[in-house]
Amino acid sequence: MSIVTVQLGQCGNQIGFEVFDALYTDSHCPQGLCSKRENEAYQASCKERFFSEEENGVPVARAVLVDMEPKVTNQTLSKAAQSGRWKYGQHSCFCQKQGSGNNWAYGYSVHGPRHEESIMNLIQKEVEKCDSLSGFFIIMSMAGGTGSGLGAFVTQNLQDQYSNSLKMNQIIWPYGTGEVIVQNYNSILTLSHLYRSSDALLVHENDALHKICAKLMNIKQISFSDINQVLAHQLGSVFQPTYSVEGSCHYRRNPLGIDWQVRPPLSGLPTLGKASLNRGLHFNMSIANLVILRGKDVHSADLGGFKDSALYTSWLEPINAFNVWKTQRAFSKYEKSAALVSNSQFLLKPLDTIVGKAWNMFASKAYIHQYTKFGIEEEDFLDSFTLLEQVVASYCNL
Amino acid sequence: MPRSTRVVGDGGSISKGKICSLKARAVLIDMEEGVVNEILQGPLRDVFDSKQLITDISGSGNNWAVGHKVFGSLYQEQILEKLRKSAEHCDCLQCFFIIHSMGGGTGSGLGTFLLKLLEDEFPEVYRFVTSVYPSGEDDVITSPYNSILAMKELNEHADCVLPIDNQSLFDIISKIDLMVNSGKLGTTIKPKSLVTSSAGAVKKRHQKPFDAMNNIVANLLLNLTSSARFEGSLNMDLNEISMNLVPFPQLHYLVSSLTPLYTLADVNIPTRRLDQMFSDAFSKDHQLIRADPKHSLYLACALMLRGNVQVSDLRRNIERLKPSLQFVSWNQEGWKTSLCSVPPVGHSHSLLALANNTCVKPTFMELKERFMRLYKKKAHLHHYLQIEGMEESSFMEAVSSLSGLIEEYNQLDATKSMPVEDFPRLSIAV
Repeated sequence: MSIVTVQLGQCGNQIGFEVFDALYTDSHCPQGLCSKRENEAYQASCKERFFSEEENGVPVARAVLVDMEPKVTNQTLSKAAQSGRWKYGQHSCFCQKQGSGNNWAYGYSVHGPRHEESIMNLIQKEVEKCDSLSGFFIIMSMAGGTGSGLGAFVTQNLQDQYSNSLKMNQIIWPYGTGEVIVQNYNSILTLSHLYRSSDALLVHENDALHKICAKLMNIKQISFSDINQVLAHQLGSVFQPTYSVEGSCHYRRNPLGIDWQVRPPLSGLPTLGKASLNRGLHFNMSIANLVILRGKDVHSADLGGFKDSALYTSWLEPINAFNVWKTQRAFSKYEKSAALVSNSQFLLKPLDTIVGKAWNMFASKAYIHQYTKFGIEEEDFLDSFTLLEQVVASYCNL
Repeated sequence: MPRSTRVVGDGGSISKGKICSLKARAVLIDMEEGVVNEILQGPLRDVFDSKQLITDISGSGNNWAVGHKVFGSLYQEQILEKLRKSAEHCDCLQCFFIIHSMGGGTGSGLGTFLLKLLEDEFPEVYRFVTSVYPSGEDDVITSPYNSILAMKELNEHADCVLPIDNQSLFDIISKIDLMVNSGKLGTTIKPKSLVTSSAGAVKKRHQKPFDAMNNIVANLLLNLTSSARFEGSLNMDLNEISMNLVPFPQLHYLVSSLTPLYTLADVNIPTRRLDQMFSDAFSKDHQLIRADPKHSLYLACALMLRGNVQVSDLRRNIERLKPSLQFVSWNQEGWKTSLCSVPPVGHSHSLLALANNTCVKPTFMELKERFMRLYKKKAHLHHYLQIEGMEESSFMEAVSSLSGLIEEYNQLDATKSMPVEDFPRLSIAV
């Protein structure tokens, strides 16, 4: 089952390249710590998911590159082609010349409708190349104008056109300070719109990735390239093939699994009065956790800690909320690796912070004229705030 | 008064080592011929096309009204035609750079007339204006009148204004001279390269400093567009400047500072350590107008970096400098940043800082004071009032526009010492 990736804006395209590179490098790793046949099955599965075959044997990434100015996509296309190992399709790129000016309204209301047909056609072409489509992986930042605004627009379109396929958005949470001044506005508009059309939002925070580079990897002069590589490594270890639970010799077919989506109890959520305040705000409540283990000794790993009911909200049994995927084939050069994908209160504080800052700015009406110029009115902002306050409240009450 | 659109060199031909067929996307306008002729005979003559010129002989007599009303209507059609031709040559026209002075007649009057024309004719194209404000010891008596009349137009029709003043440029040049003469030269540039040759500037430095001063402004525009012209890990386009630095339409005056300081003729000045470069950008000696942003209130700040600077360097310095700077309550983290991989010639890195800061206020207040001193005595007023379309009310409206702007800055300054409070959030019924 194949995934079509849509890379939007500078961030989306820069990351997309690193992700495909990481996936390719891993799948062609000679020492998989498993049998040759095993390795070949892994490779084939990864290939089918992320690459299609080109005539002269160089795999072509199943991706569509979109940007409103040409520099980054040109770079991305040539970097891939130069590597000689994999590349992007010749006609998979859509770009314009003027950029989105960090303006969500411009990306969503101007570029979106204007280029809807061209972009959706490109995506359609990519979909047609797949034997069976598992879903879409949309990579975008929240802080800018193209990734955020146009990304939200494209996701909405994908929802309309491919309602049966899963859409997962990889969103990049900007640094707390110092990227784009209007990043909080762009973020809340993005999140509120994605909430209505995306199936899952996979979040990476620049601050967190930066810390990883600084503290865990000891990199002195951290560049965006370093940050993107950490991200790509994490994504790779999540998306590469894993065994399905039933048969231990088939790779799981749908990586954008619905296993880690929340299924609320049939009887509805408990009333607010029972909010477990005594657990304190420091304890991170989860709705769902997925652990992915790769490499040596996966079957003997002790995952008891993840099954503790204290980790999960009162209306969930750990057995419904916790999943584990195990694969013997090692990831990249790591003998053992583990990844955790979590739907929990982890993002509550960052989300609350962004909403708070955006709200303060909105209350002073600063920068609003830049958005109303292109059709996003104060009401649209209020709708976004309302939706996100509800999300914050819902997570708070776990 | 050259006005240029975004300069994009595509497909120029090269012969004998020089690029021959690139033409500047520019229209040069002057109501006298001297300066434009000099350009057309100088080393850049191949870059400008005579078809891109609009000149007259008599000049505007340092009179805004002559420039704006008389020459405005006289040359309107010609200007429009040349602009349209230039625009047709662009695949995608994003912005206009208008470069002029405020104190004279042509740059100030005809320049602001042009601004209005651009807004009407090309409403979606950004208008960035680089304006040279008159210094205190300016020798044009009517410069306060011209400047105030022009300010009203800038308030209403410009997207972004980068004010410059000659005194600051002169001080910067003097500093550079000091560094050059103290013998601290680097070795990164070959002495005979095109960059270090000062062909054309035969006169001694202190006799004709304008070339060197103008070079600073040229560097400003160069660095402003670097991220749009070259690759980098965090690009910033010109439309992003307006988006991030202009929180309210009238507050669009941006104070700029450059580090390291150098002119193309003195590229051998040693590059300061990276962190020092950040500190310098906030020092009042590096600002291109007389202003001290560090001790005033920031509404927004942009840092545009070139060269071998990574995101961690950027973050480290923002964290370091933040405590000593005051940002308005609704924009406490008001930083916009960009990283361009290509450094400027002869240096390993550089920084351009653009600040939307209340420190512009003194410049405007001084201007208003000088205006009032003249206007109270009705000095030289008849030169203006005799021009058709000019009345005393034109002056009154202009002053009132400026007063309004100053008042906006006053109100912002008043919030400086107030504690930052969060607005109460929406309460939701889940």
